[in-house]
Amino acid sequence: EEEPGRADPTVPTIELLQGGAGGWTIELVAGADRPMGWAIALHGGAGDIPRTLPPERREPRLATLRRCLDLGAAALRAGRSALDVVELVVRELEDCPHFNAGKGSVLTSDGTVEMEASVMDGTDMRCGAVSGLSTVVNPISLARLVMDKTPHIYLAFDGAEAFARDQGVEIRDQSHFITEENIERLRNAKEANRVQIDYTQYNYTQPIQAPNDDDNSRTGTVGCVAVDASGGLASATSTGGLVNKMAGRVGDTPVIGAGTYANALCAVSTTGKGEDIIRHTVARDVVAVMEHRGLPLEEAAARVVAGVPRGSVGLVAVSAAGEVTMAYNTTGMFRACATEDGHSEVAIWPA
Amino acid sequence: MARWAIAIHGGAGVDPNLPEHRQEEAKRVLARCLQVGVDLLRAGATALDVVEAVVRELETDPCFNSGRGSALTRAGTVEMEASIMDGRGRRCGAVSGVSTVKNPVSLARRVMDKSPHSYLAFDGAEHFAREQGLEVVDNSYFITEENVSMLKLAKEANSILFDYRIPLAGADTCSALAAAVEGHGSNGMVMNGLPISIYAPETVGCAVVDSNGFTAAATSTGGLMNKMTGRIGDSPLIGAGTYACGHCAVSCTGEGEAIIRSTLARDVAAVMEYKGLPLQEAVDFCVKERLDEGFAGLIAVSGTGEVAYGFNCTGMFRGCASEDGFMEVGIWE
Repeated sequence: EEEPGRADPTVPTIELLQGGAGGWTIELVAGADRPMGWAIALHGGAGDIPRTLPPERREPRLATLRRCLDLGAAALRAGRSALDVVELVVRELEDCPHFNAGKGSVLTSDGTVEMEASVMDGTDMRCGAVSGLSTVVNPISLARLVMDKTPHIYLAFDGAEAFARDQGVEIRDQSHFITEENIERLRNAKEANRVQIDYTQYNYTQPIQAPNDDDNSRTGTVGCVAVDASGGLASATSTGGLVNKMAGRVGDTPVIGAGTYANALCAVSTTGKGEDIIRHTVARDVVAVMEHRGLPLEEAAARVVAGVPRGSVGLVAVSAAGEVTMAYNTTGMFRACATEDGHSEVAIWPA
Repeated sequence: MARWAIAIHGGAGVDPNLPEHRQEEAKRVLARCLQVGVDLLRAGATALDVVEAVVRELETDPCFNSGRGSALTRAGTVEMEASIMDGRGRRCGAVSGVSTVKNPVSLARRVMDKSPHSYLAFDGAEHFAREQGLEVVDNSYFITEENVSMLKLAKEANSILFDYRIPLAGADTCSALAAAVEGHGSNGMVMNGLPISIYAPETVGCAVVDSNGFTAAATSTGGLMNKMTGRIGDSPLIGAGTYACGHCAVSCTGEGEAIIRSTLARDVAAVMEYKGLPLQEAVDFCVKERLDEGFAGLIAVSGTGEVAYGFNCTGMFRGCASEDGFMEVGIWE
């Protein structure tokens, strides 16, 4: 079978074989030896991140990304499953107050925190999701418990909080999650909306703006994807959502196929403007384009990202073959990745 | 010149022993709601207006599991969810945890049209409904006696399923319960953890292409009988239960988990878009290849005026009509 464009015969690749009646099968064509290498990628939010971002706003996040990357890579080297790895990495990102997830989540228009998360196991396509959490320290772990311990996939608000207590996960008073930075962000956003009303005909359907947000994007969702030593894939995503969002607003993060997706071929985690990511089913589409068009990972991701309005999306993805891609159509995306062959990267803007 | 077409459903996973009079009643409701859509389309209404109007009819009628007649949570309450998608521009709106809004699909539409967001849930959704002046009623309005009985059976079945040898406490020979035990023991047809005789086919939906070639889809449900409070299924999830774009509009029903992990509605469109399959082939492919062990069904229309449906379980309440005069309702294969 011809393998066009494959320069290095020791690099494993994926064949998509056309079956009958429009069906397809995946065949993993290994390089010199199997199993294939592990790979991991994580993000801390895509958005209009200015290059002038001061060091004190940049360094803590980069340091956390590096630390999480090392943690994830070490776990993969030790043979942990992709599912365990993405959960543990996202837990760390949630605990870091500089990202918009767990502690450090942005605030609703009521000044409260409503967190959401989802996880998907590519080996069997089980998934779990939660929304509307206000006291659960690690939403991603609750999402995993929904997947592992209930007959359901998605629990939200009071029902999710009750389940958290049932399961005995760590909970804290809502004030634990709220940071000064986010109180400030909310104030700016409300000010911006008030200004909008003063100067223009108020249009409720305009996106919520935070114009003086010289900090990073208003949507610093976190996520992690990994492929482990056995070729298993998983994806996990977690967020506080949109600054000044209406109470009860659900974004793309807990929506399987939008914010998170994984199957035997590829795992994807997205970040950006939830409303756009939902309608473009971004995470699912990256994989669908690989499956149905036979495009390699990087091209598939680039194509899907290009199809979403500029400035609205970023994603990280890994394939069963151990490839990694980190694509975004925003100014920047806090991101990091590593592969078994020793390549690693932590960055914000394009190279 | 585009041709209009409409497909509706009242849920997949029908009890093969459903009494004749119940089947007739279901077909009457389907026919009536289908006619509402057909009349609107003949009068030139947009796909979006049609799917909303038709799903409102399906919600209001207590026959199916949405709006009035919704399945009950394990607490005995109703928590409804819905989503709507405009194929023109792929705008969308969704709601979950709705407990007092008479027509959840209309609230989903308001989220799409009148809010900066795509999906609102629970208190936030209820609050928005009041802000928007939508009709609200007491939660008891949605609860039917039949579903109260079904909930009781479902609770028993959920424990029966794990040990059918446990004698049934206070077992009057309620035929449904007897059938449930038999269902577990012999023919064993189970959906979402419930024997088919107790399982309430989840969800109603509508997919339309109008005479301008624009598509829309909407889905609405009370969800899984005896579900945990706060459980969200596939119906409000764009890409899972509902999807619409230039190629097609789709609404799904069945086991929520299976529909979510297979992103069923989006996959029908993706297969058309990326593999160039025509509508019926795309539907067949997705039902056959994407559901694995899961049971589900779907209805779909294409941008070019075709109509299709598919399901891999015992029956789906459905109706279809197209501009060339074709019109039918059905339940079985």
